[in-house]
Amino acid sequence: MPRITIEDLKKIKEEARQKMTLRSGDARARVVVHMSTCGIAAGAREVLDAFLRDAEARHLTDLLVTTSSCAGLCSREPMATVEIAGQAPVKYVDLDPAKAGRIVAEHILGGAVVREFALAAGSETAS
Amino acid sequence: MAYRAHCLICTGTGCVAGGSFNLRKTLEAEIAKRGLDREIQVITTGCQGFCAEGPIMIVQPDGVFYCRVEERDVPAIVEEHLLKGRPVKKLLYTPPTEKAPIPALKDIPFFAKQKLIVLRNRGLIDPDRIEDYIAVDGYTALGKALTQMTPEGIVLEIKRSGLRGRGGGGFPAGIKWETCRHAGQVRGVAPVVICNADEGDPGAFMDRSIIESDPHSVVEGMIIAARGIGASEGFVYIRHEYPLARQRLQLALDHAREFGLLGKNILGAGMDFDIEIREGAGAFVCGESTALMASLEGKLGEPRAKYIHTVEHGYQDRPSNLNNVETYANVPLIILRGADWFASMGTGDVKENPWNGSSGTKVFSLVGKINNTGLIEVPMGISLREIIFDIGGGIPKGRKFKAVQTGGPSGGCLPEEKLDMAVDFDSLTEAGSMMGSGGMIVMDEQTCMVDVARYFIAFLTEESCGKCTPCREGLKTMLDVLTRIGDGKGRMEDLGLLEEMGAVMQDCCLCALGTSAPNPVLSTLQYFRHEYEAHIRDKKCPGGVCKELITYGIDPAKCDGCHACVRACSTAAIMGEVKKVHTLDVHKCIKCGACIEVCRRDAITRT
Amino acid sequence: MHIDPAKVDAIIQRHGRKREHLIAMLLECQEEFTHLPEPVLQRVSEQVEVPLPSVLGIATFFRAFSLKPVGRYPAHICMGTACHVKGAPRLLEAFERELKILRGQTTDDLLFSINTVNCLGCCGLAPAVTVGKDVHGKLKQADVPRILKKYRPKEA
Repeated sequence: MPRITIEDLKKIKEEARQKMTLRSGDARARVVVHMSTCGIAAGAREVLDAFLRDAEARHLTDLLVTTSSCAGLCSREPMATVEIAGQAPVKYVDLDPAKAGRIVAEHILGGAVVREFALAAGSETAS
Repeated sequence: MAYRAHCLICTGTGCVAGGSFNLRKTLEAEIAKRGLDREIQVITTGCQGFCAEGPIMIVQPDGVFYCRVEERDVPAIVEEHLLKGRPVKKLLYTPPTEKAPIPALKDIPFFAKQKLIVLRNRGLIDPDRIEDYIAVDGYTALGKALTQMTPEGIVLEIKRSGLRGRGGGGFPAGIKWETCRHAGQVRGVAPVVICNADEGDPGAFMDRSIIESDPHSVVEGMIIAARGIGASEGFVYIRHEYPLARQRLQLALDHAREFGLLGKNILGAGMDFDIEIREGAGAFVCGESTALMASLEGKLGEPRAKYIHTVEHGYQDRPSNLNNVETYANVPLIILRGADWFASMGTGDVKENPWNGSSGTKVFSLVGKINNTGLIEVPMGISLREIIFDIGGGIPKGRKFKAVQTGGPSGGCLPEEKLDMAVDFDSLTEAGSMMGSGGMIVMDEQTCMVDVARYFIAFLTEESCGKCTPCREGLKTMLDVLTRIGDGKGRMEDLGLLEEMGAVMQDCCLCALGTSAPNPVLSTLQYFRHEYEAHIRDKKCPGGVCKELITYGIDPAKCDGCHACVRACSTAAIMGEVKKVHTLDVHKCIKCGACIEVCRRDAITRT
Repeated sequence: MHIDPAKVDAIIQRHGRKREHLIAMLLECQEEFTHLPEPVLQRVSEQVEVPLPSVLGIATFFRAFSLKPVGRYPAHICMGTACHVKGAPRLLEAFERELKILRGQTTDDLLFSINTVNCLGCCGLAPAVTVGKDVHGKLKQADVPRILKKYRPKEA
């Protein structure tokens, strides 16, 4: 990649920003597994693997499974955020691989939030 | 042959009354019609125990739980779920208590009272992708600093924002930058920019989390600092116990270099700057600037006297600007939104003089005996009560709050009377604690304050470099006295001795590790003197922690004879038959507390 | 234990023999050999041209270094403040009782060693312990035998 100028930076920003917002048509849903040291220690990697395995087993090519960092609520790790196009993202807590399977089945495919381990809807916003 | 899925239909009395046998027939017929009968098996089961919502059907391996299933639902289940893999939403079970819509994040106190500046991108972006950071305005502040601001203007902006160092003492960053820039110009020596990521306070993990969440915010902050100060070389000194943070930071540096945001002629604006990672190998004293820089040079991490400041003569005798991770992570937004915006948050009016208050936010790791353990960011000036009881959700098991410890081993323990105090640099110092790097450890009635003081002094005794006598010998004496008190062999005069020793260390130690080391003892003596007295005079430990002063027992009114403690006890000190009240032989008991951890009825006593 | 000087040299070379990288070199040597035996320190001293006592000084000053061999699965009991108030000292004793060694020691079969660490930064999982590279959190004393069993060779 060649060295960039400030103009290039703006272009990269526009392109990257479009990829970050989930619009219907692009993908059915996005799962973000929160992975930092403590989350991984609590089992986030196993949860991530479960989501990936499930997406593959069900041939969900339009499900994006990605990672991000700590969501701050350490006592409820592992956590994941599920975002379906056009809906407020939902944060799930205290996850394990079996619960990941249910989220894929019920929330992502069935459209019903799995209330037993959903913490809240919406996202943290900077002010 | 193996089936790919199983439909389990409940045929308990309740569900049969609801028509589950007919349901089975219809389902099997529908499955056969669709040619799925070799893939999906229908099984009837015994009662699932959820008769009120019957007939019940469970689809495995998905684990999807359908209730009130009727024959007319069957085509939808087969078509949508079994064929297309989409569970039928209207048949999914919703517990009555959860009929209300799930709460919005902003209505949950843990999130509602936080204000995210440093952690603005946590959980949102992929820390391994520079494009994600750029998408959320990343490196825009750098562009502004390079094209629209002079180096002096950058330093002035930081000074007017009132940003004070987030790593310990709270020294205004702008003043430090100004001094460093000036020293470089006067001496004609290029300054260096150093980031302290050697987070050493036990119970604090803010810096690790910031780097793991948003490494580019730290990198961008350092580049802007370098521009303001006139540096072309930077270092991040990071704990080797943080492998994931180091890995993410290294990747961030590599990407920034690839994009031309580090290296020669940054953003085509003629600035040269690069950053190198150096690992620490575990030494608390390296939080002290002179020790950190010695360690950066590959030498022993011992501090020296600071009549010559590192900001003028630091790493390799060059002017060195040292800030911590959180401080640098604040910089990009201050440059982007301006000093006025930042100064409008927090306490005091800092625009004329950054020492006049505490602006912005602070990240804390809220840990210990608290329901919502976590990493939080709050505006300066919030009360301890809001942090502990609103954000933290209070103390587990309905126990009573006793103290909150802030500032790490250099800080102190604050009691209930101080809960309504505003959290900022100066109020905490005035109360006998300090901001430190942001560890906040909550303690309940089962914590012993003498034990806590002893814990910190033991920690510091191990971490003292031993170079100056008051620190080396003072800590050792304090540890001996505290151990004696905990063992029930203390004398009332010991309390005066601790205070005297503390005063000497505050006056005479070489570096801040030593001068602040007595704080945990002095603050507990100030607020919890009665606990020390109970240990000495009554030979009792009110928190039930100090082994020599407590005896284990079993409360016959609470014990239900579940035998869990008998299995946990490694010395066979607990006896009793199942379902009969157990007894404990104090002569065999080693007071390890394994029984308490497994007792579900709170029947083990410590008196 | 056999020390291959070529391995030490490769590490030193990677760091350009720079004195400023002494700590990083020693950390990598320790990773390679599990501890810092004398021949390694000797070699580093010669190659980087730093007197042996200075190298030894660093190797004993920082907590991360060990001059003695450690177990294949070192158990590090976190002694952070959050872990302390949630019972870390009693957990340490449970490990000591179970392995019949004290803090700072290694079992005779070189499988385990016990040490404390100031803070793992996983305070949300207090009390926490690492065994080898795995973090185990929210531990009770009763969990200790089960955890250690995972690392013991399966009996034939």
